[in-house]
Amino acid sequence: MVEPTIYELSSPGRQGVRLPECDVPTTELPAELVRNDLPFPELSEVDVVRHFTRLSHLNYAIDLGMYPLGSCTMKYNPRVNEEAARLPGFLHSHPLQPIETIQGNLEIMFLLQEWLKEISGFAGVSLQPAAGAQGELVGVLITRAYHNMRGDYKRNKIIIPDSAHGTNPATSSMSGFDVINVSTTSEGNVDIDALRLLCDETTAGIMLTNPNTLGLFEQNVLEVVDVVHKAGGLVYGDGANLNALLGIVRPGDLGFDIMHFNLHKTFSTPHGGGGPGCGPVGVANHLTAFLPGPIVCISEEGNNEIPPQFGFVMPEYSIGRIKSFYGHFGMMVRAFTYIAMHGKNGLPKVAEYAVLNANYLLSKIKHVYKLAYDRICMHEFVVQGCWENVPEIRALDIAKRLMDYNLHPPTNYFPLIVHEALMIEPTETESKQSLDMYADALLRIAEEAKSNPEILKSAPHHTPVRRLDEVKAARDLVLCCWQPDNF
Amino acid sequence: MFAPHTQSEIEEMLKSIGVKSVSDLFVDIPDRYRYPSLNLPDAMTEMEIMAEMDYLAQSNDSTKNLVCFLGAGAYNHFIPAAVNAIIQRGEFFTAYTPYQPEISQGTLQAIFEYQSLISSLTGMDISNASHYDGATASAEAVIMAYHNFRGKRSKVILSPSIHPQYRQVIRTYTQGYNNFYLVGDHDGTADPFNNPFDLVPLIDQNTALVLLQYPDFLGRIFDFSSIVTKAHESGALVAIICNPIALGILHPPGDYGADIAVGEGQPLGLSLSFGGPYLGFFATKRELVRKISGRLVGETIDNDGKRAYVLTLTAREQHIRREKATSNICTNQGLMALASTVYMCLLGKQGLKQVANLCFQKAHFAAQKINSLPGFSVCSSAPFFNEFVVCCPQPVDEINAQLLEKGIIGGYNLEKDFPGLKNNMLIAVTEMNSREEIDLLCHALEEITHG
Repeated sequence: MVEPTIYELSSPGRQGVRLPECDVPTTELPAELVRNDLPFPELSEVDVVRHFTRLSHLNYAIDLGMYPLGSCTMKYNPRVNEEAARLPGFLHSHPLQPIETIQGNLEIMFLLQEWLKEISGFAGVSLQPAAGAQGELVGVLITRAYHNMRGDYKRNKIIIPDSAHGTNPATSSMSGFDVINVSTTSEGNVDIDALRLLCDETTAGIMLTNPNTLGLFEQNVLEVVDVVHKAGGLVYGDGANLNALLGIVRPGDLGFDIMHFNLHKTFSTPHGGGGPGCGPVGVANHLTAFLPGPIVCISEEGNNEIPPQFGFVMPEYSIGRIKSFYGHFGMMVRAFTYIAMHGKNGLPKVAEYAVLNANYLLSKIKHVYKLAYDRICMHEFVVQGCWENVPEIRALDIAKRLMDYNLHPPTNYFPLIVHEALMIEPTETESKQSLDMYADALLRIAEEAKSNPEILKSAPHHTPVRRLDEVKAARDLVLCCWQPDNF
Repeated sequence: MFAPHTQSEIEEMLKSIGVKSVSDLFVDIPDRYRYPSLNLPDAMTEMEIMAEMDYLAQSNDSTKNLVCFLGAGAYNHFIPAAVNAIIQRGEFFTAYTPYQPEISQGTLQAIFEYQSLISSLTGMDISNASHYDGATASAEAVIMAYHNFRGKRSKVILSPSIHPQYRQVIRTYTQGYNNFYLVGDHDGTADPFNNPFDLVPLIDQNTALVLLQYPDFLGRIFDFSSIVTKAHESGALVAIICNPIALGILHPPGDYGADIAVGEGQPLGLSLSFGGPYLGFFATKRELVRKISGRLVGETIDNDGKRAYVLTLTAREQHIRREKATSNICTNQGLMALASTVYMCLLGKQGLKQVANLCFQKAHFAAQKINSLPGFSVCSSAPFFNEFVVCCPQPVDEINAQLLEKGIIGGYNLEKDFPGLKNNMLIAVTEMNSREEIDLLCHALEEITHG
């Protein structure tokens, strides 16, 4: 059954919500300003609710099962977060209300800034960036502003390991830098000798994901930081993989200068089918003045009788505003709730269980799936989805076949440096039982690859739709619903 | 804690891995930095944290317990219950970006329908799957124009009556672009009351983009056709930042010939939520589709010939093109786009017109009443939609402090952004403001200034 579009469901004259009559004397709207027609569908509330409920049934989601997308940290999204963010005092506050009416919001933001600083070992945090990629943009613009402030205008290169997320090079070029790649060694670390040769007086900094996208902790991390610092560059940490490090080690302590957080990965705010995220940025002491703002401060200290008053401040040499208002406040409430529920002893457990789960799942399948770099992994690992004796089978086929087992596939074809990569991140919220189920499915699929490769090539078989014609989508480029003639 | 591990399971798992303890898994981390002591509170239970959050939420005032005449980029509109019921379905909010289309058709079809509705609303050919908010969508329009001319046109003209925060975000986004100039608003110091047609002489062969707002930050409506014509004569693009509710009754940017329409989607069924998460919409002409940043959902068929949807033209995006991508955007505002889609479907052709008309009528009623109060006058004679500027007899912050005592959130103090606009208040009126509330505001203003 194909679900009709909202235009196909439309029936002229229907309306899903009634509005009150106008209770004031009316003014004529100048005719030359009025639009001719609004080609919108007409639906009842029942039509709308059923349509979107039926659509929801076509989705896989964390609420339905394991969703081990590498580098995406698809952990369970606690319902308490949702309830907290929907409290009327938060949900219905206007961003420009008088400061004395929003002290509850500001207290949450202030404490979240403080907690993120403590978790990461940084001296300052701005909550404003909307998502990880925007946090990166902030980080690279801070790098630029820092060098420019020192009159050091030659630094036009950002070094990026070949295992990095695509957002790193895209961000660097958006910020006016040239991208220089540094290779990865056979142990899965940054090639430190190559890095030494690349670093000079034109190096603005390095963007380092740690653990990297192979799921490995950078064994030379202190040396990498040292080499870049000695050349006068800054070290940017991509915080996408912070889940592995919560309470275990603080990037600020390792010498990182800047890092973005993904509240929608590490701190359990939902991914929402592609956002909203939230990508706060933390910086070391020498960079706090460059943070985007406004950020929340204590404007009047409290005492035993009076609570402190919170306000906003713009950092002195701020790179400016990166977004309207203060960022994704609703996501901050959720992350605040999550951190408060874990506390100082619970956060390290998150990282421990995440790493335990990844290593356990790896131990169950590594005799069948080739491991690109055979080390203890952190929160995720990368295997190769191919075998020499069945050359027709690719990582994509394994991914599609997993859907027939009612499981979400891992990230595939990333990182780019691993042939036929399957990047698996189970997260800490999966039980041993669900990991066993996932391992069993992967092992059965490996058997099927040999005994019945066609069943993989033609997978998935039991999903709402089968493999799609992506070439047709790009060639014909239909980006809007077909509208019936009467529109 | 949401990890389900029991002690015996942990032991079995460690055995399978071949290590003795969990700490053995962290040997790659430099010893001296491992397990720092964290200065954080102790863990709270769900019961305890909800009591704490209740307390914090109640220490705010909000548009639920106060009468609101504040807009300036975020608006208090009615949100039908079905909107939040749909976006709170776990199948939607706990899903990832739909990279695996076979098991993401719900998200994909909803985005496809969102793209269709935004295209219809703005009068443009195509829409992307969303940006972070109106400000960043505007910045992406500037960057798209820059790339459209391969960096050969270095001037972007910003109307001074664009939302000041949007202009700030554009300046932040473009600071890495060399030989690129933002003109028209004198680094933010130009008088926003300037007529937008004064920008025309700035348009030349070096202009990549003219960026306008509609209604503008002061609420005014202009027919931009002649500016668009002038810009096109010089080969420049025009982007119009628009309020989506206003487009329920006003000509859409497409009618004026705009090349790009962007805006803040919050008025379309999204809660105020202290400024976010909101929704940036971005629509453009078909011939610019390959220059657009962000995700696009396209229609296709599956192996059985069944209609289906998939992310398309991904070769523009960062995960494929890396440093040559059109933008670094990855995660966007999927769930907010869904909320706005449900909202637009519920209101439909007639409902959105009705909401827009209610906003227009109530704002005009309020403006007439305030204009008749001694000492107050509506500052501009230009047509407006649901926001207007009032010249007050005393500083806006003083008035607002007293309005607050009477349970009213007053309008926006324009002096914060424009030092020249002393005593100027930007008032927003929506369908949520009853006639009684408007009367209450007028009485309060009268009392404050003559009490």
